[in-house]
Amino acid sequence: MTTTETPDILRRILDYSARADPYPLYAELRETPVALQEDGSYVISAYRELTGILHDPHLSSDVRHLSRPMAAAEARTTPSFINLDPPEHDRLRRLAMRHFGPPHTPGLVTGMEPDLTATVSGLIDDFAGKQQIDIVDDFAYPFPVTVICHLLGVPREDEPQFHVWVNAIIDSLDYDPRTDPKEKLDNGVQATTDLREYLGGLLEQRHGRPGDDLLTRLANDDGPDGRMTDDEIVSTANLLLIAGHETTVNLIANGMLTLLRHPRVLQRLRDEPDLIVPLVEELLRYEPPVHIIPWRAAYSDITVADTVIPKGSQIMLMLASGSRDPDRFHDPDRFDPDRQDNQHLGFGSGIHLCFGGPLARLETQIALTELVRRLDRPRLVADPPPYRPSPILRGPIHLHIEQSQ
Amino acid sequence: MTSADTLKGFKRDGRVVIVGASLAGLRAAEALRDEGFTGSLTMIGDELGEPYDRPPLSKQVLTGWVPAGGTTLPRRRDINAEWLLGVPADGLDLATNHVHLADGREVPFDRVLISTGVRARPWFVETEAALDGVFVVRTREHADGLQRALASGPSRVLVIGAGFTGSEIASICRERDIPVTVAELAPAPLVGALGAVIGDVAADMQRAHGVDLRCGVKVTQLEGDAQGRFHRAHFDDGSTIDADVAVVALGGIRNTEWLRDSGLAAGPWGIACDTGCRALDLNGLITDDIFVAGDVARCPNPIYEYRLISLEHWVNAVEQAQVAAHNMVSAQADRWPHLSIPTFWSIQFGVNIKSVGVPTFADEVVVTQGSVPDRRFVAAYGYQGRVTAAVSFNNAKWLDHYRQLIETAAPFPPPCPTPDEPVDAKPVPVDFPGPRLLAQGATVVVTGHDPGERRVTAAWQHR
Repeated sequence: MTTTETPDILRRILDYSARADPYPLYAELRETPVALQEDGSYVISAYRELTGILHDPHLSSDVRHLSRPMAAAEARTTPSFINLDPPEHDRLRRLAMRHFGPPHTPGLVTGMEPDLTATVSGLIDDFAGKQQIDIVDDFAYPFPVTVICHLLGVPREDEPQFHVWVNAIIDSLDYDPRTDPKEKLDNGVQATTDLREYLGGLLEQRHGRPGDDLLTRLANDDGPDGRMTDDEIVSTANLLLIAGHETTVNLIANGMLTLLRHPRVLQRLRDEPDLIVPLVEELLRYEPPVHIIPWRAAYSDITVADTVIPKGSQIMLMLASGSRDPDRFHDPDRFDPDRQDNQHLGFGSGIHLCFGGPLARLETQIALTELVRRLDRPRLVADPPPYRPSPILRGPIHLHIEQSQ
Repeated sequence: MTSADTLKGFKRDGRVVIVGASLAGLRAAEALRDEGFTGSLTMIGDELGEPYDRPPLSKQVLTGWVPAGGTTLPRRRDINAEWLLGVPADGLDLATNHVHLADGREVPFDRVLISTGVRARPWFVETEAALDGVFVVRTREHADGLQRALASGPSRVLVIGAGFTGSEIASICRERDIPVTVAELAPAPLVGALGAVIGDVAADMQRAHGVDLRCGVKVTQLEGDAQGRFHRAHFDDGSTIDADVAVVALGGIRNTEWLRDSGLAAGPWGIACDTGCRALDLNGLITDDIFVAGDVARCPNPIYEYRLISLEHWVNAVEQAQVAAHNMVSAQADRWPHLSIPTFWSIQFGVNIKSVGVPTFADEVVVTQGSVPDRRFVAAYGYQGRVTAAVSFNNAKWLDHYRQLIETAAPFPPPCPTPDEPVDAKPVPVDFPGPRLLAQGATVVVTGHDPGERRVTAAWQHR
């Protein structure tokens, strides 16, 4: 039997006290790969079941197909393609991809390498003379923000403004009507409105003007699928702005933390910089930035491991748990950059496979290589470091390190 | 000595010969070393040069994006092998365990892997096939020659055969703005592999891209000018067409002739083996030391009623190589079966076509997702009420789901709606052209009466 009620494990995972190390709880959760919750939702935690359902066309990303309406702020706005199903999802993602990747814009990401390296170098230059560095505030956050602002065409100096909105939105992702004040949700809804208004304002100036940033290109380019409406562009930009840095900051911070906990791997990376490519893949498996896809909906009845999930049910996908499933990965709790056949779930899988994956990979590869190369005998100040509140987008809120002078 | 000791000894200093140094051969060699085989490894190949990848030859190479020489297969690890290249094998002696080479050399082995693959089926009239401007596409040299011919701006290209290779070549001609005529005996392109429903979509696609598609016709003659250059083709309906280039894309011939006297179950249909990639002899007995992988293997698939299926698919070659290599160095109890569901892809006219399963093993087909007019859809194939295959056009990311449906013998048509389900999704007969007679080539004759002497022998010349 694969279905039992195991509310306590999920509760414990979502509780902040589990943030530093949720993995033993994931192991418990995997004993029931498809777990029915008290509220009628289903939690899926094993690799095989996760990859199965991520490729199942009956799994909907559109929360309007939930039989019980969702509370979070995301539910109240025009959905971006991450929250849509085919064919709308496919059309919008294709329109966005035209300006971001192959086949129409090949080499965009790899072409950013010099800029990324320069940004990283500049940030590390600023470490000079500092004995204590916060890898999050001083590096892992400003780096991807600079990159995504440049790519989208959002003024970098507006960051203090949208930072507040993004934080409120991320907070509202974890909103739980049973424990959280409604204020948290209201803040998220308001922040979403404000951020959309802000991006809409930027977009208005772009129409009819040539330019290379993504907003301008989306506003002016006409491909075989036509043009996105302004509303769709704002939703897409909103998604790319948030996802473009909120996840990478965690990947870089989790990566540095993992390296500091594995000094021999850190030394190896210093000696053989090419190790960074498989190392980042292993990070995406071992300490991914996205732990949970919190709400997907059963469009019709879905059978997973002999369990029929009824139409309209909420489904929660525990990606980080799947990537530590011993039935799929040998010795899964070991950080092993030499791992073969590493088909992790760090970027999800299926049609919603992370749009920004190639950029996130390159950013993290450059960031970690340069940090390891230039920091002098870095040491963790606190292990575990303090974590951000979210169980969904998981990472340290600060990562203080010391280096030799 | 126990069999475990024997196996240990073989892994340490046994002799493995791989005949056929292409994708399957190379990947098997790498897998053997990964599995800890430290004995001698000999790679025999009839082409000179390192193993290379073939799918790009009918795609990126013909567009001119990638030079034919730029498709060398990546080496995933050092295999420390002796390479005997540029000379084909021409015999296998199972009594003495030797491979004979065409130049007279003999190579001894303890275990052998046969991965000699397929060669292009040439135009059936030798003098016409030899005309300047008549091409097949199987090797690097072929692709290089055709690429040059396309680059020189031909007035028209004739593609004979609208299977996957022919259709890909037609697509590239249109991409390069070269007028192209496609001649296909069947009622539509791709119909032999994917059936009439998909065949009709492929036909629309070709015509929409300006291909002069002629179905239900046969090319009867390729005519050359005084300089021996191809310039005209004749059809069986009496019509003719002028062109500078003819590409013969009529499938392949399995390279098994060299095994004619070997006693293996080898013929035009491939070399029969079990799911462990161990070759069968003529009587259908499993051999212990002869393994087969890749296009030349003919392997039973339990999911398809244990039918012996040979596939000219890239993924199949890789997976069989892996299984064969593993089994070559493993004890009976540790052997693996090759149980995978076939997958295949093609890119033509801007559409990524991908299939999973065996579409010919079906009696009905239904479009389950997307839209046929948009050329973004998935079609599921069913046989007697269960899902047996699926084909996607620009929708490949869903195919893992259909693979699961095939593996679990899920009901056909799939019962539950999806958000992108077409409004009129109804199964229709799959409609493949009638079975091709395989009367030509080798067959067998049973001899003897007692179980001890009852054997089969090959009768190669049936007609």
